[in-house]
Amino acid sequence: MNRLEIDELIDDPGTRILVCCGSGGVGKTTTAAALGLRAAERGRNVVVLTIDPARRLAQSMGLTELDNTPRRVVDVDETKGGSLHAMMLDMKRTFDEIVEQHADPERAQQILDNPFYQSLSSSFAGTQEYMAMEKLGQLHATGEWDLIVVDTPPSRSALDFLDAPQRLGSFLDGRLIRILSAPAKVGGRGALKFLSAGMGLMTGALSKVVGTHLLTDIQTFVAALDTTFGGFRKRADATYKLLQARGTSFLVVAAPEKDALREAAYFVDRLGTERMPLAGLVLNRVHATRAGRLSAERSLAAAEALTEQAESAEEAGGEPDGSASRPADLRLVAGLLTLHAERLRVIDREERMRTRFTSIHPEVWVAEVPALPGDVHDLDGLRVIGESLGTG
Amino acid sequence: MPTTRDDRRAERPGRTRWTDAVNTSTTGARTTDGNADWEGVRLHVVSGKGGTGKTTVAAALALALASGGRRTLLVEVEGRQGIAQLFDCPHLPYEDRKIAVAPGGGEVYALAIDPEEALLEYLDMFYHLGRAGKGLKKLGAIDFATTIAPGLRDVLLTGKACESARRRTHGRFAYDAVVMDAPPTGRIARFLNVNTEVAGLAKFGPIHTQAEAVMGVIRSPQTAVHLVTLLEEMPVQETVDGVTELRQSGLPAGGVVINMARPPLQAEDESDTGQRLTPELLEAGLVAGGIKPTRPLISSLLAEADEHASRIELESTGRALVRGLDLPVYELPLLADGMDLGGLYRLAEALREQGMA
Repeated sequence: MNRLEIDELIDDPGTRILVCCGSGGVGKTTTAAALGLRAAERGRNVVVLTIDPARRLAQSMGLTELDNTPRRVVDVDETKGGSLHAMMLDMKRTFDEIVEQHADPERAQQILDNPFYQSLSSSFAGTQEYMAMEKLGQLHATGEWDLIVVDTPPSRSALDFLDAPQRLGSFLDGRLIRILSAPAKVGGRGALKFLSAGMGLMTGALSKVVGTHLLTDIQTFVAALDTTFGGFRKRADATYKLLQARGTSFLVVAAPEKDALREAAYFVDRLGTERMPLAGLVLNRVHATRAGRLSAERSLAAAEALTEQAESAEEAGGEPDGSASRPADLRLVAGLLTLHAERLRVIDREERMRTRFTSIHPEVWVAEVPALPGDVHDLDGLRVIGESLGTG
Repeated sequence: MPTTRDDRRAERPGRTRWTDAVNTSTTGARTTDGNADWEGVRLHVVSGKGGTGKTTVAAALALALASGGRRTLLVEVEGRQGIAQLFDCPHLPYEDRKIAVAPGGGEVYALAIDPEEALLEYLDMFYHLGRAGKGLKKLGAIDFATTIAPGLRDVLLTGKACESARRRTHGRFAYDAVVMDAPPTGRIARFLNVNTEVAGLAKFGPIHTQAEAVMGVIRSPQTAVHLVTLLEEMPVQETVDGVTELRQSGLPAGGVVINMARPPLQAEDESDTGQRLTPELLEAGLVAGGIKPTRPLISSLLAEADEHASRIELESTGRALVRGLDLPVYELPLLADGMDLGGLYRLAEALREQGMA
């Protein structure tokens, strides 16, 4: 296994954007925050864009409100000249801001009031992913930070993050939406005349399915959006390109579980296809033991022996003879030994999972973070994670 | 990071009685039908934060509900083929397929709902499109329609699940229950409520009618939305928030399933929780068990015990929060060997014993 040198990555001034991807529940947000903090304390000016942090983690970073603006995180060691800012993404607000920036006030209001826009900006599957990319583009454009760490939205599939802009872009800009919106633009059904009979039947069916009102809302929305942006897809494409730019690196985050590693493998393949640079895999919550010499078998055999001793002591009536321990103590030690055996089984399984991944993807560099007994919700906790990321 | 994995590569750990102890330490066995907590519920929606094991719990519930000669349908809506992977069977088509036999002669069917196919099905139902439907597909119109109308995709997914729950053959329901492996907690209320939104957006037409009908089922006592959680801070918080959101949206909150729970160290003797493990006590115990008590071994094992104890403490905090929700709570043990088909049957059995099915 090639060990991923996280410190080399975050110390390199050429690293400008780090995107943390992975399926839901693997610790993306915590990883992004820990990386940001470590990079800042090693001297970089960092902004961390988080999507949906745990409340206490957010509070510890000073993120008390969703205001879409980076806030400076206090209690960060800035002696090496670095700093840490953090922000939470407000998806609707980001979309609104794009509209407000690009349209005159009257037209902007027209778009913002459109029911289709409201629904799209708050609930379209993929809007969150796209807006995360938009925000990344904006942060990058300010030039204020020399490292941007991005957390990606929670979804079952890590691929959603890459697919969203194209999905959003292509449906707002696709051939069909142009045909549908044509009548609104020319003020009548004139444009439809040129369509084949089949196409006419189709738009008819569609309007029946989605309802005439909705279709009209869509038409006016697209017309307004189109004159504002001159094509949404172009914008989506430009944002997407940022992810292929020099200085951008992806970190795939996973837990040593079958599903999470399968998602990670899909993502690694996809990055390859898209020619996007993969920095490596961060494997979170890896179990370890310092008592590996005591095997699971011996541990269990001893536990069994102790339980038997406890039983016979109890049958003999209460206090054991000589130096032997109380039955309850024997049971307690038996419990601990069983727990140890259990832990070894978990370690064993995790290692099998990791080996499977690394044999299929030997080129991927891996950094491991040990499983912590508790949740991380303060800077000290993030430092601990950062430390194990850095030093392994 | 200290690890001695290499030492144990050749070992094959044996079966422990640890998790078994939890399986049987739950409430008394309930094996008769008609005694379960969710009698009368036809649509079980299973949600939870990512990584909590929604698909596993949904599958275990479908198995549990099918036992004793019943028939259930396990529905997947996110196109990830998680059910096929779990049951180790080929890619599921858009068609009900029998995937497992439950204890006592029941049957579990599975369906991966494909939004495009579902749309074609609806179009055909409403307009008898026939060949025109195929033309729509060719032109990319179906893709367009399932993506464009906000939530139309979700309307079709929820609609198909409701249709399966209500479908009748020969005068009786085709399935005794339908279990949906639903989107995560963060999106669940929006997902289920999409029909309300769409009914408002598309004010007329069949989609409007359809959306209203689906909402009728989802908001009725025939539906229960169960949330899966782990006893960790974020999943528990998300569960608490999720229940609040469900209640505010008028959606029927069902039970909470705590997944991958760890048994406390004193599982076999709960009354004795006051006692502490000391180095001396551990040393004596190791000697009695025939293990050489070296100092590093003792300190490593004590560290493992401490780690376990602090996790158990965190878990009990989480458990208290979950119990405070005033919903039925079920608990499933962590399976050290990971999830496989055998484990799934054990989880189903645990759900039955606890009265979820």
